[in-house]
Amino acid sequence: MNKTWNNKAWFMVLPVLVLVAFSAVIPLMTVVNYSVQDTFGNNQFFWAGTDWFVQMLSSDRFWNALARNLVFSGIILAIEVPLGIFIALNMPKTGPGVPVCLVLMALPLLIPWNVVGTIWQVFGRVDIGLLGYVLNSLGIDYNYTQDPVDAWATVIVMDVWHWTSLVVLLCYAGLVSIPDAYYQAAKIDGASRWSVFRYIQLPKMKRVLLIAVLLRFMDSFMIYTEPFVVTGGGPGNSTTFLSIDLVKMAVGQFDLGPAAAMSIIYFLIILLLSWVFYTVMTQSDAEEK
Amino acid sequence: MNFTWMAWTLPTALFFIGIFTLIAAMGVWEYLSPGGGPRVGILRFETTRGDRLFVSLLGSAFIHLAWLGLGGPSLWWALALSVVYAIGVFRFV
Repeated sequence: MNKTWNNKAWFMVLPVLVLVAFSAVIPLMTVVNYSVQDTFGNNQFFWAGTDWFVQMLSSDRFWNALARNLVFSGIILAIEVPLGIFIALNMPKTGPGVPVCLVLMALPLLIPWNVVGTIWQVFGRVDIGLLGYVLNSLGIDYNYTQDPVDAWATVIVMDVWHWTSLVVLLCYAGLVSIPDAYYQAAKIDGASRWSVFRYIQLPKMKRVLLIAVLLRFMDSFMIYTEPFVVTGGGPGNSTTFLSIDLVKMAVGQFDLGPAAAMSIIYFLIILLLSWVFYTVMTQSDAEEK
Repeated sequence: MNFTWMAWTLPTALFFIGIFTLIAAMGVWEYLSPGGGPRVGILRFETTRGDRLFVSLLGSAFIHLAWLGLGGPSLWWALALSVVYAIGVFRFV
C-alpha cells in the first residue's frame, strides 16, 4: 500500500511544541542547571556538582516529607475510592433526582483550592468555627492548630469533602454506560446484589476507576494549597508535605540549589508513578480488547 | 539573546545535548525502520523503541540517585551501570 506523506502536519503541531518548550522543557532545563549550582542572587552561580542531591538524599527532612505524602495519598485513596463507588452506586439513574445529585456532586469541584482551605480553616477553628466549637462542646479535645492528629484529620476530611465527588462522577459515568441487558441477564440468573456489583458493575467501572485512582493519587501527591492554607504545614512539621517543604526551601529560605535538586527527585518520583499507572491502564485496555 | 538566567554550565549542556541526541537518533531509527519495533518482552506487555528509551532513561535517573544516596558523589560507576541497564532494557524488555 502506498502511503501519502504530507509533511504540512508538522507545521500544525509546531505551536504546541513551542508552547510546551516554553512552559515545560525550558523551565525544567533551568531547574536542572540550578540543581548543580549555588546562588546568592544577582544572577551569580557557583558550581556545586552533586552536593545538593547528596544532601537531599541524606536529609531526614526530605524523607519525612515524602513519607507523609505517601501516607496521605494512601489514606486519601483508601477513603475516596470506596466512598465514591458507594455513593455512585446509590445515586438515581433516572428521574429528576439525577440532575440534582450531579449538581450537588459537582459543587465541591467548582470551588477554588485556596477557598476550600479557607472554608475549612474557619470551619475547624475552636473559637469561631462550627466544627471546632461543636466537637469541643461534645467533650472532644479538638484543635488542629496544636494537635498533629487533629491537623491530619482535618486535612484528610477536607480533601475527602473536596475530591470524592470526582470519583463519584467518574464511577457514575461508568455505571450509566452499562446496558440494561446485563442487569436483565443477572436477574434471570438470580444473581445477588453483590454478584451484580462484583461481576458486572465493577468490571465495567474498571477503566474509569483507574483514571480516578491515577488522578486522585497524582493530585494528592502534589497537594499544596489546601493544607498550606489550613495548617501552614504544622503543627511543627506534621502536615508539611513535599510541595510545602519545597516552597519553604525555595521561596522562604531562598535555597535554590537544594530546592532544585528536591524538585528533580520529586519530578522523577511522579514521572515513575505516572508511567506505572499509565502502563497499568493501557494494559488493562489492551487485555479487554 | 541572553540565556544567563538559565545558569548554563558545560556538564548540564552536555547532559541535555546527550538527551536530545538520543531522541534525534531514535527519530532517525524510526525513519529507517518505521513502526517502533513493538514486541512483548520480560515485562509481559508490548513496548516500542520509544517506551524502551523512556524506561532506560527513567531507570538510569533512579540508578544515579541510588548511587548518590548509597555510594557517593562519583557517578562514573552509576553511568556504567546505567549503560548496562539500558542495553538490558533494549534487549529484553
